[in-house]
Amino acid sequence: MAFYRSQVLICGGTGCTSSESMIILQNLKNELKKHGIENEIEVVRTGCFGLCELGPIVIVYPEGAFYSKVKPEDVPELVEEHLVKGRILKRLVYHEAMEDDRIKSLNNFGFYKKQYRVALRNCGVIDPENIDEYIAFDGYKALEKVLTEMTPEQVVQVVKDSGLRGRGGGGFPTGLKWELTAKEKAAQKYIICNADEGDPGAFMDRSVLEGDPHSVLEAMAIGGYAIGANKGFIYVRAEYPIAVQRLEVAIKQARDYGLLGDNILGTGFKFDIELRLGSGAFVCGEETALMQSIEGKRGMPVPKPPFPAQSGLWKKPTVINNVETYANIPPIILNGSQWFRSIGTEKSPGTKVFALGGKITNTGLVEIPMGTTLREIIFEIGGGIPKGKKFKAVQTGGPSGGCIPAEHLDTPIEYDTLTALGSMMGSGGMIVMDEDNCMVDVARFFLEFTKDESCGKCTPCRIGTKRMLEILEKITQGKGTLEDIDKLEKLAKEIKVSALCGLGQTAPNPVLSTLKYFRDEYVAHVVDKKCPAGVCKALMRYTIVDNICKKCGICAKACPVGAIKGRVKEHFEIDQDKCVKCGACMEKCPFKAIIKK
Amino acid sequence: MKTIKELEEIRKKTLEVVNQRKDRTTTRIVVGMATCGIAAGARPVLLAIMDEVSKLGLTDVIVAQTGCIGLCRLEPIVEVIRPGEEKVTYIKMTPEKARRIVKEHVVEGKVVDEYVMHVVDGKVLNDYSVQND
Ligand SMILES: Cc1cc2nc3c(=O)[nH]c(=O)nc-3n(C[C@H](O)[C@H](O)[C@H](O)COP(=O)(O)O)c2cc1C
Ligand code: SF4
Ligand code: SF4
Ligand code: SF4
Ligand code: FES
Ligand code: FES
Repeated sequence: MAFYRSQVLICGGTGCTSSESMIILQNLKNELKKHGIENEIEVVRTGCFGLCELGPIVIVYPEGAFYSKVKPEDVPELVEEHLVKGRILKRLVYHEAMEDDRIKSLNNFGFYKKQYRVALRNCGVIDPENIDEYIAFDGYKALEKVLTEMTPEQVVQVVKDSGLRGRGGGGFPTGLKWELTAKEKAAQKYIICNADEGDPGAFMDRSVLEGDPHSVLEAMAIGGYAIGANKGFIYVRAEYPIAVQRLEVAIKQARDYGLLGDNILGTGFKFDIELRLGSGAFVCGEETALMQSIEGKRGMPVPKPPFPAQSGLWKKPTVINNVETYANIPPIILNGSQWFRSIGTEKSPGTKVFALGGKITNTGLVEIPMGTTLREIIFEIGGGIPKGKKFKAVQTGGPSGGCIPAEHLDTPIEYDTLTALGSMMGSGGMIVMDEDNCMVDVARFFLEFTKDESCGKCTPCRIGTKRMLEILEKITQGKGTLEDIDKLEKLAKEIKVSALCGLGQTAPNPVLSTLKYFRDEYVAHVVDKKCPAGVCKALMRYTIVDNICKKCGICAKACPVGAIKGRVKEHFEIDQDKCVKCGACMEKCPFKAIIKK
Repeated sequence: MKTIKELEEIRKKTLEVVNQRKDRTTTRIVVGMATCGIAAGARPVLLAIMDEVSKLGLTDVIVAQTGCIGLCRLEPIVEVIRPGEEKVTYIKMTPEKARRIVKEHVVEGKVVDEYVMHVVDGKVLNDYSVQND
C-alpha cells in the first residue's frame, strides 16, 4: 500500500451529493493528476457529516482543515494552494484546524462524562475470553476475601448494608433475599442467574455476559457461599449465542483454575455452575416460570407464596437474581457497603445500566448513578433527539413500564420515582420518542407483545390483554368511541389487580401511562378521527396540495393501485377510498406537493 | 487448582499486559467484539489486524477482543495503546482502515488522525471510504 502525505475527505452524503460533491471529487482527481501528485494524496469519500447546511464539505489531513460550501470551481485553487504549496485556503475554511475537535480516546467524549461504571467496569476493557485479564482487574479477589476472611453471615450483612436492589425489574433488596434463603435449613439449596432478558429493546445483561462473564460466575459463587448453596444455574436465552459461548469458555477456565469445583482455592468450599438455555419466551423470565423451565417443565408461573427463598428450584430454597445484580456483588464485597451507598440515592444506592434506543443520537449502553435525571441521560449522555425533532416521551421498563412525558424529564431516576410516574425501572430499556411517535400506537405495540407472550394460565391476562388490544386496534383504525377509552381504562385497572404473575399485573402499564399523559391523543383518534403524529395508517391521508403541484403526473404513475386520477397540466387528486397509503406517490413527487397528515 | 498466591502472581503479571499505564513494553490493540460490534463488522476488522500484524512480523503486539464499549453507534471500535502513550480510540473501523492503523500507528507511532473521533458542532463526523483507483 502506498503511503500518502495527505488525505482529502469529501462528503458523499445525500445532502452534499445533491450539491455537487461528486463533481468536486472528480475535479479533484483530475487536478491531482495534472499536478502529478495523485499517488501522494489519498482521496476519501465519507458519509454524511450531519452538517449538510455547510455542505459540500471537504476536509484535508493531516492539518485537519475543514472547508465548507466548496464549489467544483474551487477545486483547482484548493489543490494548488493547499496540496501543492501547503497553505490553507483561508477563503473556504470553516474550522481552521480540527485539533480541538479530535477526540483521541472515547473516554474524553461527553457520552462518558456523567457515567459511572460499576456493573460494566470491565466491559470494553478486558478480553472476556481470558480469565487472566479478569483476574488482573481484581477478579476473583472478592471470592478470595469471602472464603478466607468472612463468614456467610458477614457476606449477607454486607450485601444487606449496601442497599443493593435487584436490577431485574422489581427492585427487591438483594441482601434480604439472600438472608431469607440463608436462614432456611435444607441440605440442598440453589442459586440462579436470570439471564433471560426478554424486554424488547434491552440488552444490558447480554453486554455484561459478553463483556465480563467471570464477574457473574464470581458473584454466584459468593452468593452460593453466603446462602449455603453448592450449585448454580445460569438461565440464558438461546438467542444470545455470543453470550452463551463466552459463558461456556468462562466456566471452563474457572474450573481449570479451581475457582469452580470441589475445593475452591483450597478452602474446602464446593460450588459449580451449569448453563440452561431458554427458548426466549418472555414469561420464562418470571422467576417461578424460569424455575419450572429449568426443571424441564413448561415455563409457566406458579402462585407465590411459597417464595423461592423457601421453596424454589425442585422445591429447595433458592436465590434468583439478575445478571446486572450479580455484576455489582464483587465490587461491593471488595469496597464495602459504605462505598456502594455513597453512589446513587438513599433509597436506590448504586448505578443502573440502561439501553438507550429509539429517537436518540447516541444509542448504546449507559451506566449512571441512580438519581441522575432523565434529562441528563437523554440530552447530555444521549446527545438529544436527532434531526431537530421535539422530544415527546421516554418509555422505560419495557412492556411492564410506561411512557414519561417531557414535564417529568427532571425526575431523578430511582425505583420509586419511576413507579410513582406510572412507569417502572424494569430491566433498563429506555426508548426515546419524538413528535413522530403516536402514543396510542406505542401502547398498542407493547400490548400486542404482552398478549402474544401471555402464558394463558389465568383469565384476566389471557382474555383481558386480548380485549384491550382489540380496543386499541379499533382506536388506531379510527373506529373507536369515547366509551371505548373508558372501557380500556377500566379493563386495565382490573387486570392489574387480578392477574396471577408480574406479566399480567404490569401489562396495562403502557396503556395506563399513555392514557394519563397523552389522553388528548386518544381523544383525537376517536373524536377527530386523526392521528396527530401521522402514524396510524387508517387515519392518515395523502393529499396533493394543489398550488404546489406542477401537474406532472409522476405520482399517478407511481401509484400501485391507480388511486391518483387527473390529467397532465390540469389537475391531480387522490381517491381516498382506493388509496392504500403506501406513500409511493409522496416519495416520487419531485416537487414535494404531496403531504401526509 | 490455583492457590491464592498464584492468583496474585497472575494479577501482577497480566496487569502489565492489560494495564493502560504508560510503562508497558508491548502495544495492545483491542477490538470491541460484543453483539453490536460484530453486527457492525468487527470480525473482519479483527482478522485484518491479526493478518497485518503477522504479515509485518510484529512480535511485541497483543491483539485482544473485548466486550461492549457502550457506544454501539460508533462500532466497530478499535483501541491502540502503545507503550509510553495514551490510549487512542478509533471508531467506525473497516479492515482497510485497520490495516493502516497497524502500519502507521502501531509500527511508526503516527496516530491516524482521520480515524479518531471528530466532533464538530456536537456531531460525530467519521465515516470514510477510500476513493483512489
Ligand atoms: C413477565 C416477567 C418477565 C421477567 N423477565 C425477567 C428477565 O428477563 N430478567 C430478569 O432478570 N428478571 C426478569 N423478571 C423478574 C424476575 O422474575 C425476578 O424478579 C428477578 O430475576 C429477580 O432478580 P433481581 O432481584 O436481581 O432483580 C421478569 C418478571 C416477570 C414478571
Ligand atoms: S398473568 Fe398472564 S403470564 Fe402470568 S400466569 Fe397469568 S396468564 Fe400467565
Ligand atoms: S408528482 Fe407531484 S407535482 Fe407531479 S402531479 Fe403528482 S403531486 Fe403534482
Ligand atoms: S399513498 Fe400509495 S396508494 Fe395512496 S395514492 Fe399514493 S401511491 Fe397511491
Ligand atoms: S450530506 Fe454532506 S454533510 Fe450531510
Ligand atoms: S457492543 Fe460495542 S458498543 Fe455496544
